[in-house]
Amino acid sequence: MTAHHSILLKNIRQPDQHTLAGAESRGAYSTIKKALQIDPLKVIEEVKTSGIRGRGGAGFPTGMKWSFVPRNSGKPVYLINNADESEPGTFKDRLLLENDPHLIIEGMLIAAWALQSNWSCIYIRGEYGYPFSRAKKAIEEAYAKGYLGKNIFGSNFNHDMVIHRGAGAYICGEESALMESLEGKKGQPRMKPPFPAVSGLYQCPTVINNVETLANMPFIIENGGKAFLSIGVEKSSGTKLVSASGHINKPGVYEIDMGYPMKRFIEEECGGIWQGRKLKAVIPGGSSVNIMTAPEIEKVNMDYESLRLAGSSLGCAGFMVLDETTDMVEAVLNLAHFYAHESCGQCTPCREGGHWIEKIFTRISRGQGLPGDIPLIENVCAQIGGHTICAFGDTMILPYLSIIKKFPEEFKERIGEAIRGQVKPREYLNVVYDGAH
Amino acid sequence: MSIKLSDKAEARLKEKIALYPDPKSAAMWALYIAQEELGRLDDRAVEWTAERLNLSPVNVQELITFYTMYHKEQLGKYHVQICRTLSCAVRGSTKLTECVRKRFGTKPGQPSADGMWSYEEVECLGSCGTAPMCQINDHFFENLTPQKLTEILDRIEKEKPDLKLSTIDDRMGEGLKGYPKSQII
Repeated sequence: MTAHHSILLKNIRQPDQHTLAGAESRGAYSTIKKALQIDPLKVIEEVKTSGIRGRGGAGFPTGMKWSFVPRNSGKPVYLINNADESEPGTFKDRLLLENDPHLIIEGMLIAAWALQSNWSCIYIRGEYGYPFSRAKKAIEEAYAKGYLGKNIFGSNFNHDMVIHRGAGAYICGEESALMESLEGKKGQPRMKPPFPAVSGLYQCPTVINNVETLANMPFIIENGGKAFLSIGVEKSSGTKLVSASGHINKPGVYEIDMGYPMKRFIEEECGGIWQGRKLKAVIPGGSSVNIMTAPEIEKVNMDYESLRLAGSSLGCAGFMVLDETTDMVEAVLNLAHFYAHESCGQCTPCREGGHWIEKIFTRISRGQGLPGDIPLIENVCAQIGGHTICAFGDTMILPYLSIIKKFPEEFKERIGEAIRGQVKPREYLNVVYDGAH
Repeated sequence: MSIKLSDKAEARLKEKIALYPDPKSAAMWALYIAQEELGRLDDRAVEWTAERLNLSPVNVQELITFYTMYHKEQLGKYHVQICRTLSCAVRGSTKLTECVRKRFGTKPGQPSADGMWSYEEVECLGSCGTAPMCQINDHFFENLTPQKLTEILDRIEKEKPDLKLSTIDDRMGEGLKGYPKSQII
């Protein structure tokens, strides 16, 4: 197997890494101690040099995001760690929260120092009970040792950290919805601009970063931005945590150097396709990206640019693998149900369109498809994309359109059976309740 | 008429409020705390939350209906949530749903006659690498088969373990004794 750099998962298998004593014995909090001696603006420069891009899915350069925060607005600056991890196929942040929470806290402290923020919050999805309890315990330990609170390491820098529990809403992973939720409201995205760096939580400058992004900070500051930049490929530096799931022999979280060939990743890290079957398709970035067929992944590498050029996206690297037996009508219906359920309901195209699309895919699946259903789906998708406040609408149509485009014969077959009145019996992947959600 | 919860719950909410730049941020905690004490989020919970955080009751109602982890209706003592999203589905989650549907004989979200059980299908729980899986109260049970799930449910019925994350003292229930936590790495 290929040797990858190990920045984030270096200590993940140590049984006591979640405790402060265990983490400290392996160097935790030694970098923040040094960082507090460096000019905050130089810390931001170092992060810029590293070239790190946001690991939550959008891939926006982190150093640039930090530099947008006004320095003397007279308002407090807030830092939010987005641990709402809800993108189907993604479970990498959970691993860090459970097994190495001090790495995350140290990364947050570095960011807080760079931004001169005295208050930060980990917004963790409500379903993550065990990761919540681990991270909460870690924060308490850090407070007890004086690594959080007043006058951290004798630097006169004060910082309070809170862990906030969500309550079940996919959309709260969207940064402006997250802030609404954190203000005690429904998690419905805001119009941008203004951007959070200027007017975020309670109209104060706010930076929202993903767990994995922040967990990279101790390495970047300890070894320098250039060291990070030297890992991976030109426009995608560093390593990436990939959550691999689906029809593979070894599902799990893998840390790979950016730019690693996808085919090799499936064959070596993931142990190949299960049950000796062949690969049919990959959804490489979490469900909200274009699907890729087996021939399409032959030569593609796993980094932001390569996947963009190949017509898909690295997203948050929720890597879902589907084998040759997968019924694509059922697969897309599964996702359509997800998006219909998770739309926040604010914008009509997404709220209504999501349900219509689910209904159409449902009837195709259950042998009641109509001749014009595929163009109808394309038509509804065209009315959703670009017509909503947040990216939810723009991205939910990606799996729909790419699946019907890349696997047209399966849809044709199902609709054809319905038209002829000869519907073959099938094993369904989805339980469909009578019109209820 | 003013609603009062237990001293512990009241103290807990005060503690949470103090953590944030604005008390409104504690609204989600208030609902968790009320749900834990009252079993469900009824009118008393709405009134209590609205009063403590100076919100209008309609704002509180909005939160309850928006977030899936808040419940207006009483669920079973053990609420089984089967993840149905793609990674779990392609590894057999419908078989788990069938298994609990047959076992409980109820509709999703409806408690069993003895009040012990309820179930529903839910969206991605972030355990795709250990699929299929389910969440029972606040505990995850991963790498399941219908047989394994049946064994787990049998044991819960017999041992009645604490599977909750208490929002009143942030304590995770002890779980099912000796049941191994799945390795996601």
